[in-house]
Amino acid sequence: MPNILEVRNVSKAYDKHVALENVSITINEGSVFGLLGPNGAGKTSLIRIINQITAPDSGHILFDGKPLNPQHTAQIGYLPEERGLYKKMEVGEQVLYLAQLKGLSRADAVVKLKYWFEKFEIKGWWKKKVEELSKGMQQKVQFIVTVVHEPKLLILDEPFTGFDPINANLIKDELIEMRKKGTTIALSTHRMESVEELCTHIALINKSRKLLEGPVKDVRKLYKSNVYAIEYEGTNIGLANSMWGDFELIENEPYGDGMKALIKVKDSINTNALLQGLINNVTIHSFKELIPTMNDIFIQSVTNNEIQTIHE
Amino acid sequence: MNKILLILQREYLTRVKKKSFIVMTILGPILMAAIAIVPILIAKYSDDKINKILVIDQRPEIFTTILPSSETVLFVNSKISLDSAKRAFDPEKFYGILYLQDDMVKNPGGAMLFTEKQANLSVTNYIETSLEKQIEQDKLKAEGIDQKTLTSIETTVNLKTLSLKGEENSAELATIVGFICGLLIYLFIFLYGVQVMRGVIEEKTNRIVEVIISSVKPFELMMGKIIGIALVGLTQFFLWIILTLTITTIAGKVIVDPKTDAKVVAQTMRTNNLDQHALEELGATPKVKEDAIAKVFSQLSSINFPLIISCFFIYFLGGYLLYSALFAAIGAAVDNETETQQFMLPVTIPLILAFIVAQSIVQNPDSQLGFWFSIFPLTSPVVMMVRIAFGVPPWELALSIGLLIAGFVGATWLAGRIYRTGILLYGKKVNYKELAKWLFYKG
Repeated sequence: MPNILEVRNVSKAYDKHVALENVSITINEGSVFGLLGPNGAGKTSLIRIINQITAPDSGHILFDGKPLNPQHTAQIGYLPEERGLYKKMEVGEQVLYLAQLKGLSRADAVVKLKYWFEKFEIKGWWKKKVEELSKGMQQKVQFIVTVVHEPKLLILDEPFTGFDPINANLIKDELIEMRKKGTTIALSTHRMESVEELCTHIALINKSRKLLEGPVKDVRKLYKSNVYAIEYEGTNIGLANSMWGDFELIENEPYGDGMKALIKVKDSINTNALLQGLINNVTIHSFKELIPTMNDIFIQSVTNNEIQTIHE
Repeated sequence: MNKILLILQREYLTRVKKKSFIVMTILGPILMAAIAIVPILIAKYSDDKINKILVIDQRPEIFTTILPSSETVLFVNSKISLDSAKRAFDPEKFYGILYLQDDMVKNPGGAMLFTEKQANLSVTNYIETSLEKQIEQDKLKAEGIDQKTLTSIETTVNLKTLSLKGEENSAELATIVGFICGLLIYLFIFLYGVQVMRGVIEEKTNRIVEVIISSVKPFELMMGKIIGIALVGLTQFFLWIILTLTITTIAGKVIVDPKTDAKVVAQTMRTNNLDQHALEELGATPKVKEDAIAKVFSQLSSINFPLIISCFFIYFLGGYLLYSALFAAIGAAVDNETETQQFMLPVTIPLILAFIVAQSIVQNPDSQLGFWFSIFPLTSPVVMMVRIAFGVPPWELALSIGLLIAGFVGATWLAGRIYRTGILLYGKKVNYKELAKWLFYKG
């Protein structure tokens, strides 16, 4: 897959505070890229640099293979974390203005905006002033303004904070649909459930450095603990009998009317060997690998604060 | 460029469509016209009632002349005593009783006015003035000087001032023209510079600014706003001028009846506190009146209007651009209007100072003070406009305009740097040290 965006060795400092330190990321076309990190890690600084709101102190950025320039703003849609609208302005007038700033002609903007207003069922609000709208309505308008010019790259800074659950769902569905149509999406968040649901790739930033980047499944593999959860019926002795040096029993406790054990397996060992041993001694109800959640990865990686590389 | 136009258009249209703009545009000329028309109306319609005053005159026979009556005050002399007059006083017939003691010439305080209600100020003023005149004449008569001699002694001097080249100078008119220009620039900078600041704060508190600057450069947004608001101001001034002229012309035709014209104008001038001298000039001797008009016209022609008008526009725009850039920077540095105080002061002080200095420079346009203030870019728009009408050496003008342009380029650069950092910073208390650091941030 070709890259739509390449950030190469970008650094940015404000006064004595370093916001980004030699950060590089690559966003593939058609992917949903999650930019993760705790508050103050440097996510917004990076996003602002990609949107050409601020310039990096060093490093450079390629959009579609070419150095990023002001013409590219027409191909990028941006929903900032701090978002709002002119309160005293009419909704229709305002969205037209913002769409034109993104390079659409007035006539073109009218057609596209009407489509979105119909889709989000807010057609009747065109002539109202923004201050008369509920917060949920304003959020819909903000989202429309972000996507109306059909950007190739959509950048959303904390899209799910500040949105009510209904709107958050609506937007999630829209994002999935846009991805199908080929839009590349980059979003920053610290809500890990949405990452599990949406993202194909992630990068993790902590204390102005990138710790980790890659496809979600590879990241998971990296953090794989090789721990299996086994629900069984039988005795502790039976369980102990089926294990030898290559296995390590982490936990063994009653679970419902049976037992549950967590067993760590050495990397080189085939899990079938474990199963074969178990089958002879206990009755197995379930056997599954414990996959680390993004949340676990996030916490573990931020706590360690070590740079990890993924080999594909 | 296209995007600056879009921004400019929005800034202009949203403001021009506002109710407050429409109200101010209509109210402004009405207020201005009212200043011109109301005194005429007052003169015409008020004080229609004739206030009859019963005069009890105790002075020796030779001094007893009847005081001259006016349209509103009528004196009626009577021989009865004060006590019986008081007893018989009928408020329906008389406004009051004026009692004059016998030694009025030696003791001018010996006059008393008795009224039923609190005495009307215009009536008491009229009585005082006519008594003063009467007593003065009486004193002159006692010294043996009659009215005829007095009139022949009275002299009016209108000093004609000329430059060495023989052109007629025009100190009074130059003062007025220069001062009005300076005042307009001062007001315009204040009114619309603050609007720029409010606009920036609005975008920042609305949190819309980040969406916009992902499409345009912060500098473009700032300049679009500044120019858009300048056009709003110019539109308003233009409409004011047209509306004021229309209203005064129409109102003038409707209200002022040509027959009573002269009288009304004379009275208006009196209510407007013009001095007695001007009144006499207008009313008494037609020849002097013609002279005065001729003088005004020759003065008008002696003022270099093309220069004044072109300079007005240069200083008007230059001053506005310079100050509004600074106002925009203040707006970007704060979170809400209450926080603007600490930064407003250093920006408004030069402007207010310029206005104060302008008032003193009217007396002495070529002073050292005037020179320096008309060169310094933060004060030159107001001060230089006041000086120009008196004539300024070309090199001074060139230096002043050059510095103004440099000043506004510099201020815009400075403001642009503060602006682009400030608008993205929320909830942080900013001080001058912080602002200074922003100047050196990259990009």
